[in-house]
Amino acid sequence: MAQSKTATASSNPMSARKPPLPPAATQKITGKPAQQVTAVEMGARQREISVSEFFTKNRHLLGFDNPRKALLTCVKEAVDNALDACEEAGILPDVTVRLEVVPASGTTPPASQATRFRITVRDNGPGIVRQQIPRIFAKLLYGSKFHRLRMSRGQQGIGISAAGMYGQLTTGKPVTIISRTGVRAAAHFFEVQIDTKKNEPLVHENKQIEWDQAQGTQVTLEVEGKYQKGRTSVDEWLEQTSIANPHVRLVYHAPEGETKEYPRTYHELPPSPREIKPHPYGIEFGMLLKMLQDTKSHSLSGFLTGDFCRISSQLAEEICRTAKVSPGTRPRDLKGHAAEVLYQAIQATKIMAPPTNCLSPIGEKAVLAGLYKQIKGEFYTAVTRPPAVYRGNPFVIEAGLAYGNRLADQHTLRHPAMPKAEGEHEEEDSELARVIRYANRVPLLYQQSACSTFKAVLNTTWKNYGVTQSRGALPGGPMVIFVHMASVWVPFTSESKEAIADYDEIQKEITLALRECGRRLGLFVRRRERAASAYRRRNIFELYIEEVVEACDRLKGGKLSKEKLKAQLQKIAASRTGGGKTDEALGRTGGGPEGLPHSIIVTAEGVEGEVALAFQVEAAQVSVAEADSIGEKPLEQPVKGKRARVPVDKAKGWKGAKTKAHQMVLFHDAQAAHKGPVPRAAARRKK
Amino acid sequence: MAAKRTRVTAVERKLVGLADLVIQAAERSKDPTFSIPIRALSNVSFNQRRGLIEMGNKKQARSFFNVGMTKKFMQTVLVADALSELQRADLTTSLREIYYRTKHTIKNSHENTFDTQDESDPVIEDLEVSLAVLREELHVRAENNGSIVGPVVFGDDGDRVDCTRLGKGGYSVPSIVEPEYLEIRRCTADFLLLIEKGTQWNRLSEDKFWRRYNCVLLTGNGQPPRGVRRLARRLHEEYRLPVYVLVDNDPWGYYIYSVVKQGSINLAFESQRMAIPKAKFMGLSSADPERYGLPRNVGIKLNEKDIARAKELMHYQWFQKPTWQAEIKRMLTSGLKFELDALANKDFQYLTKKYLPRKLKEKDWLD
Repeated sequence: MAQSKTATASSNPMSARKPPLPPAATQKITGKPAQQVTAVEMGARQREISVSEFFTKNRHLLGFDNPRKALLTCVKEAVDNALDACEEAGILPDVTVRLEVVPASGTTPPASQATRFRITVRDNGPGIVRQQIPRIFAKLLYGSKFHRLRMSRGQQGIGISAAGMYGQLTTGKPVTIISRTGVRAAAHFFEVQIDTKKNEPLVHENKQIEWDQAQGTQVTLEVEGKYQKGRTSVDEWLEQTSIANPHVRLVYHAPEGETKEYPRTYHELPPSPREIKPHPYGIEFGMLLKMLQDTKSHSLSGFLTGDFCRISSQLAEEICRTAKVSPGTRPRDLKGHAAEVLYQAIQATKIMAPPTNCLSPIGEKAVLAGLYKQIKGEFYTAVTRPPAVYRGNPFVIEAGLAYGNRLADQHTLRHPAMPKAEGEHEEEDSELARVIRYANRVPLLYQQSACSTFKAVLNTTWKNYGVTQSRGALPGGPMVIFVHMASVWVPFTSESKEAIADYDEIQKEITLALRECGRRLGLFVRRRERAASAYRRRNIFELYIEEVVEACDRLKGGKLSKEKLKAQLQKIAASRTGGGKTDEALGRTGGGPEGLPHSIIVTAEGVEGEVALAFQVEAAQVSVAEADSIGEKPLEQPVKGKRARVPVDKAKGWKGAKTKAHQMVLFHDAQAAHKGPVPRAAARRKK
Repeated sequence: MAAKRTRVTAVERKLVGLADLVIQAAERSKDPTFSIPIRALSNVSFNQRRGLIEMGNKKQARSFFNVGMTKKFMQTVLVADALSELQRADLTTSLREIYYRTKHTIKNSHENTFDTQDESDPVIEDLEVSLAVLREELHVRAENNGSIVGPVVFGDDGDRVDCTRLGKGGYSVPSIVEPEYLEIRRCTADFLLLIEKGTQWNRLSEDKFWRRYNCVLLTGNGQPPRGVRRLARRLHEEYRLPVYVLVDNDPWGYYIYSVVKQGSINLAFESQRMAIPKAKFMGLSSADPERYGLPRNVGIKLNEKDIARAKELMHYQWFQKPTWQAEIKRMLTSGLKFELDALANKDFQYLTKKYLPRKLKEKDWLD
C-alpha cells in the first residue's frame, strides 16, 4: 500500500490524490450509521498532498525509521552527494565528515548518550551555483540524476533534502550550506528550510562570506540521532565506503573527538560513466505510453531510434512491421490497443544488449587496493565480471575476498596467555565470514538477509574452496566477502536503498563472481595447507620427542642419557619428514601467485601477487601514520602505522622501490595494466 | 605381603620395558613401535568349551613417527610413566586422577598432552591389554559402584564386615577386590543374586529377601563395574555359589547378563578372571509378561536403537543357543521391553513375594 502511494507521489507529485473513502469504511470509523457523508462533503475534504507532507509522515520509507539509522542516512546522503559531484566534475574527492554532539541545556552529554548531532560534510567538488542551492537542499525530488540513465550513487533527488527535512522536523534547525565554484567566485552561505506544504525552499539567510577553501561545498545538518558503534554505524559505513572508493580521501572526525583518516590509495578517478537511453527491454508499458506522449520525434521510427538505445532504423522498421503500424505514424496518435501491440512487438524483436560504457565498475585493482587498505588478511583477490543485463538495465558485478589473519594478529590469537583448560578450544572456527555489500559504490548496511548478494553468498558451496560452511549459513573463518553491483538502475527492495532485489540474472552474476574468488581462495588455502602440514609434521615430532624422552627418563629412574636419546630420535624424525624437501616447501616456493590473477598474498617474508599495488597502499598509509599528529590513534586500527611498516621492511624487492620516483613507476605500471581493456577481456576468456 | 611386592615389581618392570623399547629402537634408528592387541569384536572369539570370550592374536602397531599415531604414542609413554610412579609409591588412583596427573601443556606450544579424559582412558586399557596386566594390578580403581548384602563376612583393611548387620544399605563393594585387598572370611549363602538396578536391590534388601532365601544380593547399578563382577566371580569360585542375574527385559539387560557370564568384548583379556560361565539368567525374560500376567500397558515400545542392538546380539556367537534365539525373537515380535520396576504394577512387593519365589521354585531360568 505504502509502496504504491510512493510510486504515485514520485511520478506525479503535484496531482497525487487520495482515493475517496468508501462509505462503509467511514461508517466503521464513526460507528454512527445515521451520519451518512455525501459525495459533496467528501469532495470538500479531498485535497492535494505534497510530497514533502507525504514523506514527513512516512519518513521510514527513506531510512529515517529510528534515530540511529537516521543519523547514518543523513551522513550517507551528504557523502553520496559530495562524491557524485566530485566524480562528475572529474575531481579526485577529498571529503571531510564531522560529527559533533549538540549541547543540550548547557551541558554536552557523551556521544553515546547524546540525542542531537551536528553533521558537517565538506568536499572539494565543483560547488553549486547560487541560484540552485536552495532547491537542491530544500525541495524534494529535485536533482540532476532522476531523468537520465547513468550510474550514480543518488538516483531520485530525495536524499539530501529529505535529510534536511528530517533535521527540520526533529530539531527545527535549518540546513546550512557553504558553496564556492572556484577561486574567483565568492563563497555563498545559505540557511534554508523546506516549506513542507508546497515542497518549496524557504531561504533564511543568504550572504557572501570568506571561506578558506577554493572550491567545494559544505553542508551542515542538525538532527536528532543516536551514535552507537557496531555493524550498522556511521563509522562502519565510512570504513566500508573507503574500501569501495580507494580513490577518495576521507577524513572523519568522530563525535568522541578522535579523527580517522582513510587515505587515498588509488590515484585514478573511476572512468566517468556515460548516460544512456533506456533499453527497450527494460521499460514497462505505462512508461512506453508516457514516452510516446512526451517525445519530440514526429514519426514512430524516429521515436524508436531516437529515444531508445540499440534500435537502428532497420530494427525500427522491423518492429513497425510486426506491430502492423506505419513507421511514419505520429507517436502521439498511438494509444490503447495499438500501443499495446507495439509494446509486444518490441518485446518480441531481438535487440542487442544495452551498451555498457554507462557503467563504471570499481575495477579489480581498486577493489584489491581497498580491501588491502582496510582489512588485515593474508590473502586478497578481486573479480570484475563482464557486464550483463537484467530487464534491459546493464549491470556489472564485482566481488572480492580478504582472508586470514595477519601474522601480527596470529601471535595474539594463537598464543593465549594461559594454557587451555578442558573444554576450551580455539574459537577461530566459530567465526563467520562477513559480507560487505555495495550498490554503485555505496555500502549497504541494513537488511542483509533480504539482499541478493547475501543469498548468493549462502548459495555458494564454499566447502569446495577449503572453507568450512554449515548448511544454510555463511562460510566460517576469518574472511570478508565484498560484493558490488554497478548499474544504471539498481533494483532496491525498498526506497531506503538497503537491499538489492533478487533477480535471477543478478544472482547468477554474483554467484559466478564469488565462485571465481572462491577458486582462487581454494588454491591459496590448499597451497598453504600443504606447506603447513609438512611443517606441522616436523613440528609435532619435535614437540613430542621432548615429552617422550622426559617420560622415558622418569621411567628409567633418571638413569638415562637424555641428550643422546633425543638426538637419535630427532635424526629419525628429520629423515622421515623429507628433510630438505620440507624446508623447500616451507620456503614458500610453492606459495607463489601463479594461477592467482588479481590477488595479493601476505606472508611472513613479504607480499606477493599485485606487489606494486600493495606498496602503493602501504606508502599511502605510512605517510598518513607519519603525518598523523593527533595523539589518539583510531580504535579500529590501533597498529596502523606499525602494520604498514612491518611487511614493507621485509618485502622482497622493496629495496629498489625506496625512492618516491620508483613508487610512482610502480604505480603507473599498475595503472597502465588497468586502463586497457585487458582485465575485461581476460575475464571473458576465462568464461 | 611378600607376594604382593614381587608382583608389583613385575608390573613395574613391564612398564619400564616400554621405555627400553623406545631406547632400543632409537639406538637402531628404527621407528619405536608398540604392538597393542585389538579390542574389538573382530579380535575376540567365543570359546565354546570354556564358555568364555577370548581375545584373538590380532595386534595393531602404534608407531611414534606416524603422524596419525604420534600423539597416541606420546600419551602412552606418559601414562606408562604415571602408572610406574603409582607402583613405586604403592598408591591406588582413579582413571580421572591419571588424566590430571598426565595432563600438561607441551613446552613451546599451546597444545595439551591430553584434552579430555576420553583420550587417557583408552590408553590405560591399551596398556592393560598389551602388558597383560589387570587394571587392579596397575593400581587403578574404578568407581565404588556396587552394593552387597547377605550372609557373607569380609575382612577389609583389618575390619570385619558382616554383611548381615549392615541394615538395608549393605556394604559398598570396593573397586579392587583381589584377595590381598579384600578377604572373604565366611559365606553361608546358598546362591548369589546379581541385580541390574539399585532400586530393585533396595526393594529386596528392605524386604530382607536374602534372609528368607539365604542368598547374597549384589548390584552394580547398571553395567556392573569390575569390582562387582570380580567379587561375584570370587564368591562363585571360592564358595561355589550359583549366580543368578536379574535384569530389565531389554537388549541392554541381555548384554549385562552376557558380560557377567562370558566377559565383555572390550576387556576380553580379563574374561578368565571375571566371567562366570555358569551364571544363569533369572529374568526379566520376554516370556515373563505373559506368564506373570503383566499388562501390555506397562511395557515400553522398543525404539530403533533397541531393535538394532537386539539384532546385533542375535548374531553374537554366545547367543546362539536356541533358547536365547527364541528369547530375543520373542521380544522383537512383541515390540516391547519391560523394566524390573514394572512388576510394581501388580504389587509393591510382587518381586519379593511372588516373582522370585516362583522363579526359584520352578527353576525358571535361561542358561
